[in-house]
Parts: sequence; C-alpha cells; structure tokens
Amino acid sequence: MNDDLNDLYQEVILEHAKSPRNFKVLPDANRVAHGTNPLCGDNYTVYLVMDGDVVKDASFQGSGCAISKASASLLTSIIKGKTRADVEALFGKVHDMVTTGHADDSMGKLAAFAGVHKFPARVKCAILSWHAAKAAVAGGGTVSTEGDEPKAE
Amino acid sequence: MPSSSPDWSALRADFPILDQQVHGHPLVYFDNAATSQKPRAVVDALVRYYERDNANVHRGIHELSNRSTNAFEAARERTRKFLNACSTEEIIFTRGTTEGINLIANAWGGKFIKAGDVILLTEMEHHSNIVPWQMLAERTGAKLRYVPITGDEGLLDLDKLDSLLTPEVKLFAMVHISNALGTLNPVADLCARARRLGITTLVDGAQSAGHMMVDVQAIGCDFYAFSGHKICGPTGIGALYGRKEVLENTPPWHGGGEMIATVDYFKSTWNTLPHKFEAGTPDISGPIGLHAALDYLDAIGRENIFRHDLEMASYAYQRLSELKGVRLFGPKGERGGLVSFLLDDVHAHDVVTIADRYGVALRGGHHCTQPLMKKLGVPSTARASFYFYNTKAEVDRFIEVVREIQKFFGT
Repeated sequence: MNDDLNDLYQEVILEHAKSPRNFKVLPDANRVAHGTNPLCGDNYTVYLVMDGDVVKDASFQGSGCAISKASASLLTSIIKGKTRADVEALFGKVHDMVTTGHADDSMGKLAAFAGVHKFPARVKCAILSWHAAKAAVAGGGTVSTEGDEPKAE
Repeated sequence: MPSSSPDWSALRADFPILDQQVHGHPLVYFDNAATSQKPRAVVDALVRYYERDNANVHRGIHELSNRSTNAFEAARERTRKFLNACSTEEIIFTRGTTEGINLIANAWGGKFIKAGDVILLTEMEHHSNIVPWQMLAERTGAKLRYVPITGDEGLLDLDKLDSLLTPEVKLFAMVHISNALGTLNPVADLCARARRLGITTLVDGAQSAGHMMVDVQAIGCDFYAFSGHKICGPTGIGALYGRKEVLENTPPWHGGGEMIATVDYFKSTWNTLPHKFEAGTPDISGPIGLHAALDYLDAIGRENIFRHDLEMASYAYQRLSELKGVRLFGPKGERGGLVSFLLDDVHAHDVVTIADRYGVALRGGHHCTQPLMKKLGVPSTARASFYFYNTKAEVDRFIEVVREIQKFFGT
C-alpha cells in the first residue's frame, strides 16, 4: 500500500470510521448544527448539550466518507468539557493541520488527520464536522463547504 | 466510410495524454462521462485556427473574417449532418448541454408554459435537466412530474407513462443515456407517445451524442442538446437542435449583436434562424474544434464506438458482479458505457481516493443526480465510465485495484 494512503487512512481513522463514537441523536441537545458538502453529498448533524459556555455532551449523525466520519467521531469525543473558546481555538489548529500537515504535540489523536494535507480534495471532508461544531457552539445553524473554504450559509 | 473493425490501439496513440504515469502507475482514465480526452486532430485544428485564420465572424469583409466565418458555418453544417437535422437553421451553438436546456426553458418555456401546466421529467435526470425546469415552474406556476424508475436496475417504469401523460403536460424532457446509471432510454418511443398527444419533447444527449448513432428525425424529438467536450471536442462548446417549426415560434433568449435584423432606439427585429439565438461574438474556435472531433468520431464509426463502450461496460459489470460486497446500479443488459457501483462499508470518495493513488481515475459522488441518489437510498456511488480508447486490460487493472480497496478496508 502506498505510503501517502497509509498517512491518510491511519489506523485510528479507519477504526473510528468503522465504529464511530457518539453516533446518535442527543434528545436534550440545546445546540444543533448541520454541515453539508454539496459537491460530494457528505451530510452531518452535530448535537451539543451546552451549559453556559461549556460543552457537556456531544454527538453526531449523518453520512459521508471514512475521513469525515472519523473526524466527527473524534471531534465529538474531544470537545466534551471544553468551552466555546477552546472549540474555536481547536478548530483553527485542526484547520492549519489538515492544510499544512503540521501537528504540534497538543493535538493528540487528532494528529492522525495531518496526512490529509497531501490530498487537497479531502481537506473539506476532514474539516466538515469542525465547521458544524463551530457553528453549534456559536448558536447553531447550517454550514456548507464550497471549495476549500467553507462558509456559513 | 468507417472501418468495420477499427484498430483501437492505433486510435489510442492519437491521445498523448493517455500515455503517462499517475502516482507511479500507468494512467487508467475512466472518467469519460465527465469529460473525454482530446485527440491530436482536435488540438491541431484549434492551433491552426488561431495561428492562421482567427478573426471575428459574420461582420468582417476582410479575408481572415471570411475564413473564420466559413469555418464557423462549416462546423454548423457538420453538426447538422452529425445529428441528421433537416437544416442548419436547426443547429444553435451553445456552451454545452446545460446551456441548451436553459435556452429552451427560458425562451420556449417563457412563452409556452403557463400556470397549471405540467413539465414531465424522469427520476434519473441530471441536475441540468431538473433545475432549469424548477426555475421555470417557480416563475410560471407550472408543476413538475416524474416518470419513476425501477430500483437499482434503473429502468423507466413505462407502465406508468400513459397515466402520467395527461392533457396538462406541455413538455416531456428526458435523458437519453443516464450519466449515473448507464440506462439507455427508448427515446424514440417516448417521443412518439408524447407527440401523439401534442406534447413538446426534449432529449438530454450529453451521454449519447458521440457514443452511438443519433438521428434527431428518427428520434422525433423537438429539442436535443449535447456537449462537445464529452466527445473529443473542446470545453465550452455544444449544440442544441431544435425543430425548425418550434424554433420559429420561440422568441430569442439573449439580446445583443448578431441576433438582430434591425435595431431602433425603442424597437428591434430579430435575425433569422439560427442566429436569432446566438447573441454576441460566439465561441469560434469551439465549433472548429468540434468539427474536427465529429470527423474523428465518424471515421471510427459511432456504431463501432457504441459496441466498444458496451463491451467495456458489460465486462466491467460482469467482473464487479463476481466480487463479494459490490452493489451495482443500472441495467444488466444493453447500456451506455459506464458502471456505477458501491463497495460494502466503503464510501465512494474513499474508493476514488485510493483508486487515484493506483493511477485509476474514477468519479465518486452524486453525479449531479441528488434526487436519484435519494431514490436509490445511497449518498453517492463510484463510477467507471469508458470511451473507445479504453481497453479490457485497463478494466482488469481496475478490478485489481477494487480488490486492493476491499482488502484495505477489510471487507
């Protein structure tokens, strides 16, 4: 198997894609955001239970490729307990990582997505649920990716 | 006359782009339904035009303008012959299939579609044969109705057609070959049934022109639209056939130079067909490149191309059906030159990303047929689409790569 492919589809990504965590609807969610990638049809909803500024619980539902699903699975695991400012800061770091390939030590399991930068067409897959999460902590809504730089609709 | 059995490997040598390595593997180009590659003859025609004859058409009196006008109108005559239209008045150059359909939706639809009218489509249409009609329906208060398909095999459920062809139906617009399923629709029969009831018909020929013989008189449609870039021509050029009687009653769409006879400050009169529908300086090199492409295809013979495409698609379909964990879409029998499929537990984008690293260019996604994907209950499919320069050896390589993908995902 090609080295770049092994960088893209790391064990942790394949494992999360196969058995996604938090893959459910949160009935008591008070923040919901929807993320779509109109060009490829990826489609996720991120559910958050927020207490003031803090994410108490997170989940997601939807469909998409291994990269987007694993990304949403890890995201919903990692942001529990974090504040809105933490989530926004992490969004910036993930965005930098998937576009440059540079992951610092603080990224933990998320560093598995650094290999995405070698596949420009797949950056939007890795970042889609992060856009939805960013919209959700800010109040919810719908986000859509168009080209490299997703925008809120 | 086309040869009875073309030398396919010699033809392949006319496409320098095919002879390259991608990610360290020989390129296998299976994304022909999106766009085809271009033979040297087409590239040369474009270079020759720009290096020797370039000038604006129809208005100049000088030599270069005469040459470019003659080449431009010769391309129209070539396109007429390609579709077996009655007259060059029936051939309008467009940017492609999408623009042709939009022209009809706006110019013809704007005049003839009224509130309460029904526009009949099929469930397998490309967005370009849905969205212009939705926009028209929104403006006029008309309604859309769809001929259903039969499950994954993707054939039109023709038993339902008679009950759908009610007096409110004013237009029946249908795809000839589905870009997502490969289904080859019986358009001549569908147009005949519509025509008996006085319904205007449009055929989306994006996947059929240049892949099979197309005779618009035999089909009996009022409109037929196709794109040049999918059939060896340059991007940005296509043509719309419109039956003369219908076009004569259709007002222009875009206003400007070329489409007028006289202009006064407050009132203008329109040029004759087909110029009435071609406002402004047209794409000139496009038709010239298209002319070279149509000559190239007809030298091979479109029946030969159809047989070759079908052989590739049938072989790929059969090889894929021998694998475990593959869901196939589209008809089992006669079909256009493409195969749409899904691997169990592997998303189409992952299939396409991995195949690319093995040099195999596929397409994955909704193929601009989101409503069809919803109907099939899948977010997307992966698609391998063929043209006459593809080989069985390439299909074998593609199958090997599919096996690799399945191993990679442990399925």
